[in-house]
Amino acid sequence: MTTAVAEPTVSGAPHSTGVMSNLHWLASDTATLTRRNLLAVTRIPEALFFSTVQPIMFVLLFRYVFGGAIHTDATSYVNYLLPGIFVQTVAFGSVSTSIGLAEDLQKGIIERFRALPMSRGAVLLGRTTADLIRNVFVIVVMTVVGLLVGFRPSTGVLSYLAGVLLILFFAYALSWGFAIVGLSAPNSETAQVMSFPLIFPLTFISAAFVPLSSMPSWLQGFATYQPFSVTVSACRSLMVGPASTGTGRSTSFWVVQSLLWTFGLLIVFIPLAIRKYRTRT
Amino acid sequence: MRLAIEVENLQKTFKGKRMVRALDGVSFAVPEGTVFGLLGPNGSGKTTAVRVLTTILRADGGSARVLGYDVQKKAALVRTLIGLAGQYAAVDENLTGRENLQMVGNLNHLPRSFVVRRAVELLDQFNLADAGDRPLKTYSGGMRRRLDLAAALVARPTVLFLDEPTTGLDPQSRNDLWEVIERLVGGGTTVLLTTQYLEEADRLASQLAVIDHGRVIAEGTPESMKADLGATVLEVGLPSIEDALRTGAILDTLGPHASLVTGTLVEVTVDNGPEAAMAGLRALDAEGIRPQTFNLREPSLDDVFLSLTGHRTEDEVAENGDGDGGLSPRQRRKKIRLEQLEAALPVATGELA
Ligand SMILES: Nc1ncnc2c1ncn2[C@@H]1O[C@H](COP(=O)(O)OP(=O)(O)OP(=O)(O)O)[C@@H](O)[C@H]1O
Ligand SMILES: [Mg+2]
Repeated sequence: MTTAVAEPTVSGAPHSTGVMSNLHWLASDTATLTRRNLLAVTRIPEALFFSTVQPIMFVLLFRYVFGGAIHTDATSYVNYLLPGIFVQTVAFGSVSTSIGLAEDLQKGIIERFRALPMSRGAVLLGRTTADLIRNVFVIVVMTVVGLLVGFRPSTGVLSYLAGVLLILFFAYALSWGFAIVGLSAPNSETAQVMSFPLIFPLTFISAAFVPLSSMPSWLQGFATYQPFSVTVSACRSLMVGPASTGTGRSTSFWVVQSLLWTFGLLIVFIPLAIRKYRTRT
Repeated sequence: MRLAIEVENLQKTFKGKRMVRALDGVSFAVPEGTVFGLLGPNGSGKTTAVRVLTTILRADGGSARVLGYDVQKKAALVRTLIGLAGQYAAVDENLTGRENLQMVGNLNHLPRSFVVRRAVELLDQFNLADAGDRPLKTYSGGMRRRLDLAAALVARPTVLFLDEPTTGLDPQSRNDLWEVIERLVGGGTTVLLTTQYLEEADRLASQLAVIDHGRVIAEGTPESMKADLGATVLEVGLPSIEDALRTGAILDTLGPHASLVTGTLVEVTVDNGPEAAMAGLRALDAEGIRPQTFNLREPSLDDVFLSLTGHRTEDEVAENGDGDGGLSPRQRRKKIRLEQLEAALPVATGELA
């Protein structure tokens, strides 16, 4: 009796099951949802505020209020600070992955998606891709702000861009981690509350704002090699030179450390997020 | 006639802090091109059944097929054939109405040019043309609901699932929506709708199933169900509980249906409203009872429930808990009323003394 069914609706798209066709639709659906998520960012003034004004305030605070009391030997404090601010900004921003997913679950939009003949993976890919693109925008804004307050990257454009790519890649891995948080939370408020205790220690017990040598020695191990810090050090090396990290390590050492962490996090987070998405009822 | 939906012995238990048997062996069949109404009180399993049928949720046991395709084994194919408007409007607050519809069209893998045209068409059809380019944040609840329904229709589904589609709509929008559904069915679409309103099921559905605690407890056409029930409900409000109990006993004699006393309100289903009303008034007058209100009304889902299960939709009366298991609904109601009477008696005698 399965043969008697009329050709599905007006759909001009054949629902063939070939691998190429699946990939085509995965890309197409991801693009649709990425666009949708980015439109939301532009339409929620608070979200735009959160992702730009807050980091600018951090820059001003550390540059002009705390900065005078923090001593960096190899480079000016503003040069030391900005790579840290970049990584902090995208890390805080990745929390929005968890909030966005929790909200979609709560509002029942994901319920609708599950009944559509779309690619299963597009919901998570569309969310993380949108956050990646938003991060590009945020880093451009922060670079301009940095230049205005005296940030002077000195290693050339290519090296600077390599640093930016490293940050974006790291933030992308964090987004997958926060996707898991968002899929585990009963609502978006809880998702937010669950996210910050995870992100705060990583951001502040790190090389982002103060030289590692100023911390007590028992804290230095963690503060130096945790994923957030190695990415900050890698960016600092790439943007203002390896001496600026004050660690005596080379640029490639930190870049490799950061890439290892990022790949490791992605390998762990992606399957967990997909599993969580599949089993969430 | 071919079947658009076949459900056999469907089971689903939610395992959490509290085990909930949401579907406990539900079976029904819906012929192509008809409207099937799934009625039931809160928590009876309507949404769970819809979620299984729309491939959102996996059942634990039994089978469900849409147009002959198993919803679990052929989920991807089934999704190309169905449309769903869930119980709560699943629309994106931050997009405009048009963007919402186009997004759903794109995710249905429809050609872009068709999606653009279809969005215009649906906005018109649901009276949202003027609001089409406003973000949904500015929509009223009813507008959101209408957009949600429009989104379910973007891909011109062969089988449409509507979970309480008119809850929260004003009478005008509700009527408009009923007309839309009737037009769709005229065009060959099969519709499964869940509702809490007997009136809605009566107007749209050619076949009904009533579910309670995850089980089908009655099935039939709206006509047969109303015939079982009596055409009209006579509702009498009394000044005191004693009067209500006496009135209940009097109204029991009007016809085959037993009356129900809730506080000072007495209800009884009757076959001929005006005739029963006159007989009832005469009998009450003869007993010297002065009612405060006296109404005839259409039977509601609540009345269907009462007559099928012996409990009101909101009651969580334990089905077998107090040893009534063997009683028919009517007997059970009699028993409940006797208990009420006993409870009221000492008071009555006390006042007399
Ligand atoms: N995801 C879930 N997890 C746990 N229990 C659930 C879940 N979904 C539904 N239930 C339970 O299953 C039962 C049936 O729920 P369902 O939503 O199907 O009822 P319903 O008939 O749609 O009710 P309503 O008229 O209120 O919409 C309820 O007791 C509900 O609490
Ligand atoms: Mg429901």
